[in-house]
Amino acid sequence: MNEMSETREVREARLQGLGCKRKRVEDVRFTQGKGKYVDDLKLPGMLYGDFHRSPYGHARIKRIDTSKAKAVPGVLAVLTAEDLKPLKLDWMPTLAGDVQAVLAGDKVLFQNQEIAFIVATERYIAADAADLVEVEYEALPALVDPFKAMAEDAPILREDIKDKTTGAHGERKHPNHIFTWEIGDREATDLAFREAEVTIKELISYQRVHPCPLETCQSVASFDKIKGELTVWGTFQAPHVVRTVAAILSGIPEHKIHVIAPDIGGGFGNKVGVYPGYVCAIVASIVTGRPVKWVEDRIENLSTTAFARDYHMTAEIAATREGRVKALRVHVLADHGAFDACADPSKWPAGFFNIVTGSYDFPIAHVAVDGVYTNKAPGGVAYRCSFRVTEAAYCIERAMDILAHKLGIDPAEIRMRNFIRREQFPYHSALGWEYDSGDYHTALQKALDAVGYSALRAEQTARREAFRRGETREIMGIGIAFFTEIVGAGPAKNCDILGIAMFDSAEIRIHPTGAVIARMGTKSQGQGHETTYAQIIASELGIPADDVMIEEGNTDTAPYGLGTYGSRSTPTAGAATAMACRKIKAKAQMIAAHLLEVHHDDVEFDIDRFRVKGMPERFKTMKDIAWTAYSAPPPGLEPGLEAVNYYDPPNMTYPFGAYICVMDIDVDTGVAKIRRFYALDDCGTRINPMIIEGQVHGGLTEAFAIAMGQEIAYDEIGNVKGASFLDFFLPTAVETPKWETDFTVTPSPHHPIGAKGVGESPNVGGVPAFSNAVNDAFAFLGATHIQMPHDAWRLWQAAEALGAQG
Amino acid sequence: MIPGPFAYHRPQSLAEAVALFAAHPEDGRALAGGHSLIPMMKLRLATPEHLIDLGGIAALKGIRREGETWVIGATTTQAALIGHEALPAGLPIIGETARQIADPQIRYCGTLGGNVANGDPGNDMPALMMCLDAVYHLAGAKGERRVKARDFYLGAYVTALAAGEILTAIQIPAAPPGHGHAYEKLKRKIGDYATAAAAVMLTLEAGRIATCAIGLTNLAPTPLLAEAAAAMLIGETPDERAFAAAARAVEAIVAPTADGRGPVEYRTKMAGVMTRRALARAVARIGA
Amino acid sequence: MKKIPLSLTVNGDPVEALVEPRTLLIHFLREQLDLTGAHIGCDTTHCGACTVDLDGRSVKSCTLFAVQAEGAAIRTIEGLAAADGTLHPLQEGFREMHGLQCGFCTPGMIMRAYRLLQEIPNPSEDEIRAGIAGNLCRCTGYQNIVRAIAFAAARLNGENLEEAAA
Ligand SMILES: Cc1cc2nc3c(=O)[nH]c(=O)nc-3n(C[C@H](O)[C@H](O)[C@H](O)COP(=O)(O)OP(=O)(O)OC[C@H]3O[C@@H](n4cnc5c(N)ncnc54)[C@H](O)[C@@H]3O)c2cc1C
Ligand code: FES
Ligand code: FES
Repeated sequence: MNEMSETREVREARLQGLGCKRKRVEDVRFTQGKGKYVDDLKLPGMLYGDFHRSPYGHARIKRIDTSKAKAVPGVLAVLTAEDLKPLKLDWMPTLAGDVQAVLAGDKVLFQNQEIAFIVATERYIAADAADLVEVEYEALPALVDPFKAMAEDAPILREDIKDKTTGAHGERKHPNHIFTWEIGDREATDLAFREAEVTIKELISYQRVHPCPLETCQSVASFDKIKGELTVWGTFQAPHVVRTVAAILSGIPEHKIHVIAPDIGGGFGNKVGVYPGYVCAIVASIVTGRPVKWVEDRIENLSTTAFARDYHMTAEIAATREGRVKALRVHVLADHGAFDACADPSKWPAGFFNIVTGSYDFPIAHVAVDGVYTNKAPGGVAYRCSFRVTEAAYCIERAMDILAHKLGIDPAEIRMRNFIRREQFPYHSALGWEYDSGDYHTALQKALDAVGYSALRAEQTARREAFRRGETREIMGIGIAFFTEIVGAGPAKNCDILGIAMFDSAEIRIHPTGAVIARMGTKSQGQGHETTYAQIIASELGIPADDVMIEEGNTDTAPYGLGTYGSRSTPTAGAATAMACRKIKAKAQMIAAHLLEVHHDDVEFDIDRFRVKGMPERFKTMKDIAWTAYSAPPPGLEPGLEAVNYYDPPNMTYPFGAYICVMDIDVDTGVAKIRRFYALDDCGTRINPMIIEGQVHGGLTEAFAIAMGQEIAYDEIGNVKGASFLDFFLPTAVETPKWETDFTVTPSPHHPIGAKGVGESPNVGGVPAFSNAVNDAFAFLGATHIQMPHDAWRLWQAAEALGAQG
Repeated sequence: MIPGPFAYHRPQSLAEAVALFAAHPEDGRALAGGHSLIPMMKLRLATPEHLIDLGGIAALKGIRREGETWVIGATTTQAALIGHEALPAGLPIIGETARQIADPQIRYCGTLGGNVANGDPGNDMPALMMCLDAVYHLAGAKGERRVKARDFYLGAYVTALAAGEILTAIQIPAAPPGHGHAYEKLKRKIGDYATAAAAVMLTLEAGRIATCAIGLTNLAPTPLLAEAAAAMLIGETPDERAFAAAARAVEAIVAPTADGRGPVEYRTKMAGVMTRRALARAVARIGA
Repeated sequence: MKKIPLSLTVNGDPVEALVEPRTLLIHFLREQLDLTGAHIGCDTTHCGACTVDLDGRSVKSCTLFAVQAEGAAIRTIEGLAAADGTLHPLQEGFREMHGLQCGFCTPGMIMRAYRLLQEIPNPSEDEIRAGIAGNLCRCTGYQNIVRAIAFAAARLNGENLEEAAA
């Protein structure tokens, strides 16, 4: 092949760089059943762990008898809180500054809480023995309604901290109170409300759900007594953090701990935290001297590890009669379950909920969040969204619709009137964020045009009349959601986890032949990092993506990073990748100049080579340069060609989008059918449009599930209801709507390649779009706000309450 | 989720199976497709000591015409019901109902016999069998006997099947020519049991309903035959008014429990809605 | 509980083994035969991640005892590509159409689609959706899975046509 005669297009195409719909590298193994997930791991002498769990939601433990379980042939150990105590591992710190029982000793605080960990030679034996652990309980009244948590006569849940009047986030007003977090200008907001022409107020609840990746949480721990080294394979979205936590907890020096996250079968926030299963597997391995595997089953997954949402938001908007917003006031009651195990950056007990002013130009706002304990599983993770951003987007998008409805203004129009205008960016929100870039009017207009919005409204009017005349039992709803995400945590100045700043990293090494290995501190769970990071490198360095191998998840080899969640990989590690490439490029330029015998200012980069300015026929490809770096580096220059970058983003990124949902509801059964769903996303520079589209499809499907049926509910005595796939709504291909995707491109001005991140936008924007469609359908019958989930029986009830049932 | 231990038997003939059950009358359990039983065993809600797998008995499989009836072997799978060369034309409501059960993989395993013998009010076939007036053939150490589907269901998971008895076949009267049928099932998603479901078989004469049977799924501890609702339709013109009256009669006899599918009031109303829709569709099919 | 002998064919190879009667087929495949392609996603027979092909039927191997497969012929994702390593059109289609993300559902999804395309060689979109309704995917929203299966169907039909012509 003659490198001279090739066109630039051919050279460009060979790279498969930014913007290319590159086929995924990962798929080659996954489609052949050759992925390596945790449960695929088999080590010599490996044991299996299983839990005995509490049937009660709230009870005192009077006695634990493990003798029958221990007597089962094949059982090597049964751990209880008593066994963990001497190791100081019966409790563990949570990411939110609380502590969580690893194994319940005195009290159980939620149903299915871990009580004993049985270790046996076989999975089946461990399961048999788990049933034989005997526990005597004294049942206590369960607290399941967060609104009753701070009542005077409420049962006190956390006896371990009942006398502490301050917690990790300040004052505690009640033994079941965790924190109050406030932001914004309370006085000015109150004043604006007193003076407002129009106000609305609504309790908008976002039910408890679960991220529920298809693979549950699992790990294998292997302690080598002789070397004093611990290796843990696990479903970790943030392996480095796990290593640090493990070092702090176990006292094993951090360099002797090897944490490896192999292929992960989806995470969605479920695999950020540290769970009792991981800790028990480690302890069991230390105790038995053999590798120990722990694999959660689905019921355990849904009922114990990492719920999401459970936010009860009282939203108020002050506005003019023309629908211009003047102030926003929100109070949130946050149900955190038995332990505060939210996976938010340390200083943000309510995550980035203060993005709740959304895409609108609110002059002032005030938010207060109260976190409370209840007898439910701990968690509070960001389920396919940045920290508490989906709650915020849901809150404001519902509230804007409620305002529009009250004023008789079209929901699209009210948004247009209040959008932050393009020229206002970078925009400082009333609650303290600096939005990097946006063009909201253009995006919404494009969406409205794409769906033929005014024709849809006309059809809706006609159908409402037909409904009133009794000619149809179907009602039609059009839901608009315009969301602004805040992702890419985060600037070290305001984001850390356990004190570790939330930067991320990339280490790139070019081999003599021009092939590349690159390692990042993030961890893909299906996002296709092995494919997309290579595309960034391809465009930056001019080396074909196929010649780049991406590795993540091994803490021994990868540079320290904070992991993958909150759509942070592209904004942080993606940026680190570009920055590391640029360091390499600078050195490559020196080498090229040396080879071309010109001054380095006289060479320029061109797709896959450096060439002499004005003389395109004189060039050195990156391949030539790599070889030279190892064979004959210019005098005075270190041999080799590699770089590391730890990227601390100057700001977060603010992807946005306009979603429109058209839905028909059969009033007789409450069954909703999605007729159409259009999603326009602006995530800045698009690295791989195919993968972006896939992420949007997946996120929308989750949003559909959440809005239309998902719920982890508890009965009044603390029994968790519906914690299996029989009840927990995961739509199949039959229920799942067909998605139409679209985009605009407003690059992030501060990100090296202008990318913003997209994995979670569809969840953030999707949920309010569905819910707004439901509420819009019922609006003409007098509905103001119908709570999620919008499953059939609740919609039927809503219709009944509105007098629409024959 | 791991099942408890058990001893496994795989008889090759009905006689062998009957003998095995005779040897383990209390702690023996039949295994057909396993798609109700194994999930229960994984949750340890069922812990049989002896599993007697009927899968090896060729005589229990297959579909044949016997006079004015269809005889379907107990271990005939739902997929086989759907895919049979004659049954879908002769008695289309069977395939229509089978398709509403779970998903393709489960229909490949689940059997008609297991579905009707299970005694779970959520199963779809029992109500249909009551609607069709099917007869169950049972075999045990004391010989063979026949029980009508309409007499078989006594309570949730309680049936007329005696300990150690095997359901060998289901015999169903052939459908009258020109009949109308429908199985209407409301469910939350594929793979879910019915929120409410209604099976309807009817015939018309001179524009009026001549015969009618209505079966109801998952609306009481047992499947229900809505006799009063069906009776009041006989001689009526098949219109919305008549269907609505029948739906009200159905609502009067159902006793669903509140669960994730909805509260009692909703499921009760849905019994009516499904009945109305099944009646309308059955009648429309005659017209078509 | 005593182990009992089991013989069957897996991906064309005869297999003889001893199993405890309660061993679920999925555990037998994954742990005794080291065929870890099929996964466990739910334990309650809903997700289909454990789907394999057994005597010409798609089955959820988490809801069968290994002993029920006595004498059966099983095909798993590991046995789908041709002996020379040529990928099956479904494997190709899933990559071409971006029909997977985390890959956890993929082996079950492909094995179900493998049987579906024999039940209905030229399925409509609705038939594909109904055909894979026993398989859950948490990542893709199914749209690209549907396209992947349609891609494979077209490819398979084309090849059949060529063979028929030859
Ligand atoms: C996720 C899921 C969803 C489902 N959804 C539905 C649904 O919507 N509708 C529905 O109807 N079903 C549904 N099912 C159940 C499925 O159809 C079962 O296959 C069926 O109920 C039982 O048939 P089986 O052959 O699998 O029986 P098995 O599970 O083998 O047996 C069930 C019971 O019947 C007994 N039994 C079986 N055969 C005989 C016999 N010949 N003589 C005596 N006793 C016998 C067994 O001992 C056992 O107690 C679902 C199952 C699953 C896992
Ligand atoms: S693991 Fe078998 S269906 Fe989910
Ligand atoms: S690709 Fe992750 S579950 Fe389907």
